[in-house]
Amino acid sequence: MAMTSEQAVEATALAGKGRSPWADARRRFFRNKAAMVGLAILAFVALFAVFGDFLSQWSNEELDYNVMGQIAQEGGPSIENGHYFGTDDLGRDLFARTVQGTQISLAVGLVGALIACVVGTLYGAVAGYVGGRTDNIMMRIVDIFMAIPYMFVLILLLVMYGRSITILFAGVGLISWMEMARIVRGQTLTIKGREFVEAARATGVSAPVIILRHIVPNLLGVIAVYATLLVPLMILTESFISFLGLGVQEPLTSLGALISEGAGTIAYGTTWQLGFPLLFFCLTLFGLFFVGDGLRDALDPKDR
Amino acid sequence: MSPLLSVRDLHVRFPIIRAGDMPWTKPRILHAVNGVDFELEAGQTLGVVGESGCGKSTLARGLIQMVPATGQVMWRGETDLLSLSPRQMKPYRSEIQMVFQDPLASLNPRMTLGQIIAEPLSTHRPDIPAKERRQRVAGMMERVGLLPQMINRYPHEFSGGQCQRIGIARALIVEPKLLICDEPVSALDVSIQAQVIELLKELQRDLGLAMIFIAHDLSVVKNISDEVMVLYLGRIMEKAPKARLYDDPQHPYTQALLSAVPIPDPVAERAKRIVPMTGDMPSPMNPPSGCVFRGRCPRAQDDCARTVPQPEGDAHRVACLHPGPLSAAEMA
Ligand SMILES: Nc1ncnc2c1ncn2[C@@H]1O[C@H](COP(=O)(O)OP(=O)(O)OP(=O)(O)O)[C@@H](O)[C@H]1O
Ligand code: SF4
Ligand SMILES: [Mg+2]
Repeated sequence: MAMTSEQAVEATALAGKGRSPWADARRRFFRNKAAMVGLAILAFVALFAVFGDFLSQWSNEELDYNVMGQIAQEGGPSIENGHYFGTDDLGRDLFARTVQGTQISLAVGLVGALIACVVGTLYGAVAGYVGGRTDNIMMRIVDIFMAIPYMFVLILLLVMYGRSITILFAGVGLISWMEMARIVRGQTLTIKGREFVEAARATGVSAPVIILRHIVPNLLGVIAVYATLLVPLMILTESFISFLGLGVQEPLTSLGALISEGAGTIAYGTTWQLGFPLLFFCLTLFGLFFVGDGLRDALDPKDR
Repeated sequence: MSPLLSVRDLHVRFPIIRAGDMPWTKPRILHAVNGVDFELEAGQTLGVVGESGCGKSTLARGLIQMVPATGQVMWRGETDLLSLSPRQMKPYRSEIQMVFQDPLASLNPRMTLGQIIAEPLSTHRPDIPAKERRQRVAGMMERVGLLPQMINRYPHEFSGGQCQRIGIARALIVEPKLLICDEPVSALDVSIQAQVIELLKELQRDLGLAMIFIAHDLSVVKNISDEVMVLYLGRIMEKAPKARLYDDPQHPYTQALLSAVPIPDPVAERAKRIVPMTGDMPSPMNPPSGCVFRGRCPRAQDDCARTVPQPEGDAHRVACLHPGPLSAAEMA
């Protein structure tokens, strides 16, 4: 087949490695200022969670007998005695406790979102792709689960099996996949109608391969966006449970638990006990929302 | 010898469930393809023409079990494709390949050209080693006028015409016997249309392909078809060898379609009479009684409402109770 000169020119320009849709999205994302600020905040929080322990002079369990009993006067933030963020009501170093709380909160958020991504995506994609009666049954199951007040179930679980972090992870994960499954199913229905899926079907590609090769990769944008918004949601859920006093068990702590303690003692004038955990809590949420927003803009298929 | 493809009395019905219908309400039936039959010899091209919504795509999809169809689709006189389970159907899916209407939409935006073109091959011939597969893909790309260096590029970097070449390469990589082209050029610029049609003709000649070529106007299929079939509301109106259909159309609908095709010669174009066709195609949910075309037919008579005309004739089949060229009075 002869090539016209125009084609040839275009062809030379096109030769080599392709610019994937991901590369485009990445470029758009890194040009988004709000998203970059969010990313910087998140990086800061993550560094704090990972390396904070090396900076702190105290462990999170040690009681400082020098300040005990006079926390309001002596326990404030100070460089001299090594309590950068002050101490909590018992005289434990608040810096170390905030580091640990951030670790736990981030972990709960990430694990919850991860479970949601894997389970929710597969469930939603299968329901949407197979369609018909299977879809109906699978989505009615989700409806029924969603009608159950999950907070109540989670609290029941924590009361029954004791307050353990595994139960917390499991509970948070169990809740989070359902909304994801719904979103993914909806998207799958539209992608299923696109011609490239029909082309794959017409050529005899099997259903599991179509789901994994054609459907899921085209969903990754939606999944990524929703996942970044899910992380803060999971953190909020955990915080709420901790606020009720049912979350992680002492000496472990989370941002929610710390905020709860801080709020309880605010009347004694120990504002730092609420302020520092709240600061990190807000930073994390802001960072995640900005990044989530940036991802959505970068991956929005309308711009493509 | 039996023909490559022999279709008998093909029907496709869609149950239409409206929002708010109770589960026990009987769904209304949309009869998208209604008793179509034809035969196709190896290496021949059948053009299928009709207005939007007349069931062309549904016909194509019914042939290869993409939508539930009834009737008989004999492949090489041996196998009725409609009687096969999805598993039994799989090998035939490499012998019958499709090219789609929207070139870009028919390519997965997350896959590279190489992956897209190789997919049918890796599906049907997993025994072929990756290296040879790559060579075959590169060879096929060259064949359809794409540079093999483009193999790692993504579809959105290409123009519509190039995307359609990719679609053609993907269809031909498994060496099919029958290629179904569902309006392969409708979405392309006129200048590109001719290139793609030339490419298809060339490939057909070299590979001995049979083709079903779908289009919504008669001018596009004229060039490429051996036989042409005109559909209206899921039924065959007229089917004839190309020369007969264009020179001596018998069905009023075919004549109406032909009169809408512009003639390059301006003198002839001005002298030409357009057959008046009032209104739109009725909904396939409640087709008119008798002849489905009667609401728009300039020759409709009383008996057209009572009798359903069947496609009669041998080589030249016409489904009309009063066939023949339209008079000047009828055209007015
Ligand atoms: N999956 C489906 N479910 C219900 N109705 C359908 C389905 N697919 C097609 N139809 C209906 O069948 C009829 C024929 O549609 P089809 O797509 O075959 O037309 P077409 O001739 O290919 O039109 P076009 O030129 O627009 O592609 C239309 O009325 C359409 O609404
Ligand atoms: S059967 Fe009657 S209505 Fe139908 S096309 Fe022929 S003349 Fe027209
Ligand atoms: Mg169509």
